Amino acid sequence: MSWTRKILRVNLSKGSCTSEPLNMEWANLYLGQRGLASKYLSEEVDPTCDPLGPDNKMIMATGPLTGTMASTAGRYSVITKGPLTGAIACSNSGGFFGAELKFAGWDMVIFEGKSDKPVYLLIQDDNAELKSAEHMWGKTAWETDDIIHATHQDPQMRVACIGRTAENGCLYAAVMNDKHRAAGRSGVGTVMASKNLKAVAVRGTQGIGNVDDAEAFMSATGDGKAVLAENAVTGQGLPAYGTQVLMNVINGIGGLPARNMRDVGFEGAENISAEAMAEPRKSDGKPNLTTNGACFGCTIACGRISTVDPTHFSVKDKPQYQGNSGGLEYEAAWALGADTGVDDLDALTYVNFLCNEDGMDPITYGATVAAAMEMFEDGVITTKETGGVELRFGDAKAFVAITEQFVNGGDFSADLGLGSKRLTEKYGKPDLSMTVKGQEFPAYDPRGIQGIGLNYATSNRGACHLRGYTIASEVLGIPVKTELNDTDGKPELVKAFQDATALVDSAGLCIFTTFAWGMDNIAPQIDAACEGDWSVENCLETGERIWNMERLFNEAAGFTADDDKLPKRLLEEAIKDGPTKGQVNRLGEMLPKYYEVRGWTADGKIPKETRQRLSL
Amino acid sequence: MQKSLNIDPGKCTGCLQCEMACSYEHTGTFNPSRSYIKVFTFHHEGRFAPYTCTQCDEAWCMRACPVDAITVDMATGAKVVHDDKCVGCKVCTIACPFGTINYSQATGKVVKCDLCGGDPQCAAACPTDAITYVDADWTGYDRMLASAAKSLPSAEATA
Repeated sequence: MSWTRKILRVNLSKGSCTSEPLNMEWANLYLGQRGLASKYLSEEVDPTCDPLGPDNKMIMATGPLTGTMASTAGRYSVITKGPLTGAIACSNSGGFFGAELKFAGWDMVIFEGKSDKPVYLLIQDDNAELKSAEHMWGKTAWETDDIIHATHQDPQMRVACIGRTAENGCLYAAVMNDKHRAAGRSGVGTVMASKNLKAVAVRGTQGIGNVDDAEAFMSATGDGKAVLAENAVTGQGLPAYGTQVLMNVINGIGGLPARNMRDVGFEGAENISAEAMAEPRKSDGKPNLTTNGACFGCTIACGRISTVDPTHFSVKDKPQYQGNSGGLEYEAAWALGADTGVDDLDALTYVNFLCNEDGMDPITYGATVAAAMEMFEDGVITTKETGGVELRFGDAKAFVAITEQFVNGGDFSADLGLGSKRLTEKYGKPDLSMTVKGQEFPAYDPRGIQGIGLNYATSNRGACHLRGYTIASEVLGIPVKTELNDTDGKPELVKAFQDATALVDSAGLCIFTTFAWGMDNIAPQIDAACEGDWSVENCLETGERIWNMERLFNEAAGFTADDDKLPKRLLEEAIKDGPTKGQVNRLGEMLPKYYEVRGWTADGKIPKETRQRLSL
Repeated sequence: MQKSLNIDPGKCTGCLQCEMACSYEHTGTFNPSRSYIKVFTFHHEGRFAPYTCTQCDEAWCMRACPVDAITVDMATGAKVVHDDKCVGCKVCTIACPFGTINYSQATGKVVKCDLCGGDPQCAAACPTDAITYVDADWTGYDRMLASAAKSLPSAEATA
C-alpha cells in the first residue's frame, strides 16, 4: 500500500480537524502528492475563486513513497490555487516535514476556510488540534520554528510555517519547513497566511509498515541507490558542488541570463559559483561551504550548508547570521546574483538566509528586484519609491539594503511583494517582466536553450524549470543529447520531461534522481510499494494524466493558449554576444507541434478524445 | 574477531537512511522514532552526528539491570536486551553514561543497539560510509591515518 489511506481535513472557519479515508480510486489514477492533491483541489475548489479568499483550499500532500527507504523519498508538496499566477500551484519541498507527516499517519492535510485569529496546527500521530498562534504572528519563520520547539520540548518535531513576508501580503511567499527547505514557488505561503494559519507542527511515531511487497521494495530501492551512487552527477557532482555545479557550465554555453535578462552571460559568474563556495576566504580561512546536507532519505545530499564571512559588511554586527544555514542553490544564486548583476558571494548567501528566514521564493524575489533595477536605471522609478536606495545592477550594498527593507516591511516592500509582472505594470513597463503566467523565470535563458523556453511557456504553474527539466538533455545529454538551438524534436522532449516529472513528484521522490534514474528505475520502486499496476507504461500515462488535469484546472480558471507565451524580450531581442550570439527563442516553431503531440487542438484546448484516453 | 561500529560524523549528511534501516530491521516499519541509532543535527554548526551504543566491555547498563535482562551476545560482543525479562524499570537508562539505551513507550521495554546479530543494517544503509562495521581493534584508525597524513603533507597515505 504505502498510502496511510487517511486524510486530515482542517476547517479553519469552524476550527475542526476530522479524519477521512483517502479516495483509493483516485489514488490509483493519480498516485499521490502532486497528482492526487491536484485531483482533490480540482474536485473541491472553484478554479475561478480568489486565491487569497476563504474558498481556496491549501493541501499539504505526501506521496506513497514519502517516508520509506527509497532514496530521496521525503518530499511533500503544497497544492493550491496560486496568488502569483492565478493558476494551479504545486510547490515541492524536501527536508524532514513530509516524512514526519506520513509517520504520523496522514497522506495529506486539506486546509479549508479561514481562521478568525492566527492559529497553528499541532499533529501528534492521530491527534490533531488547532492552537492559538497569536504570539507567533509577526515573527519570522525561524523564530516560529524555535517557539514551537521550545513550547513542545520535542526536538524531533518538524515544523512548516510562514515568515513575515507572507503576512505582509508578498505574492510569492513560501512555506518554509525545517528552517531552510521551502515549498517555494507561486505564493503558496501567501495562501497559508490568508487563512491565518501560521504553522503546522508534526510528530509521527507510527512509521510505515505496509509496503505492498517488502522484499521486492528493498531490492528495487537498493538497486536504485546503487545507480545513484555510480552516476557522475548524482554520485559525485551534486554531493560535492550542489546544483551550483551548473553556474559555470550554463554561463559557458551561453545560457546564463543576466541583469533582468537584458544580457546573456555574466562576467561575475565565477565569483558566485560552486567553485567559489569551496574556496577558503582570507578572513577566517574557511570556505563559504561548510558541508553538504541531505533531505530525508536522500543518498545524493546536494544541499548546501554555508556561512557568510563574519567580517563581511552584511553580517559584521549580526552574530545571529554568522553561523551555518542553508546555502546557495543554483537557481537562488542566479536570481539573487546574475539577474541583479551582483557577484558578491557573501551578500548573496546573506540574502538567501533572509529569504529562508522570512519565507520568500528567492527566484521570484531576485527577478523582481532585477526588474526594479532595470526600471531604476531607466529612470522609471527613483529613490522616492525605493526608500532612498540607489537600486542599480551590480550594487551588493543596495541589494542587501533593499532586502532588509523588504523583510521588515519598509517603503518599497509593498511594490516588491507584487512580483515583477504587477510591479512593471504598475509603472507602465510590462515588457520588463520576465515571466510566464505571472511567474518569474529560473536560471536558463530560452534564447540560448530552445526547449526550456517551450517548457516555460507551457508550464502549468508559470515559468519553471522543475516542470520539465529539458536542460538535462539539451545541456547535459541526459538521457540523450539534443542540440541547444534546435527546435526539432523539442515538443516531444518537453512533453516527455513534463509527464515524467509529474509522476516522480507524485510518488514523493526528488526530481534530481532523474539525472541517473529512468522510469525503468522508478516504476519498480513504486510498483513494489503500492498495490495495483505501476508498470513503466502506466507510470508515464499517469504523469500525462496529471499534466492534463492541471491544464484543465487552468483552463477553467480562464487561461488560454494566449498565456502559453514568452516575454517579447526573449522572442525579439537577440543575444548580444557570446557563444549563442544572435539567437532568440523560436517558440512559434515549437508550440503548434507541442499541442499536436499532446493531442490538444490547435488553440491549446484538450479535446474530448484526449480526455477520454486519459480517463479525465 | 570482534567487530565494532565505527562512526565518522564528518562524513554524515543527515539523511537518516540508518534510522530507517534500523527501525525496519527491528520493527518491520520505516520509523525513525523507533530507531536505536539517532542522527543529531547541529544546524548552527553545520554538523551531523550519528550516535548509538558503543557496546562497552564493562557495560554499565548490564551491571545496573536488577533482573539480568541484558546479556552479552558471545558472537558479536553486543549487549542485548531480552524483552521477556526486561520490566521497563529504566535503571539502565540512568546508568548509561552515553544515553544510548532508551525506554520505548511502544513496547514498555528498554531498547538499544544489538548490532543486528553481526550484520548492522545502519552501516549497510549508510551511503557515505559515515557508519562502518570494522575490526574492533581498528576503530578510529581512519582518523589516525588522516591525522598522520596531515603531519606529513607530502606523504601519500598508502596504508
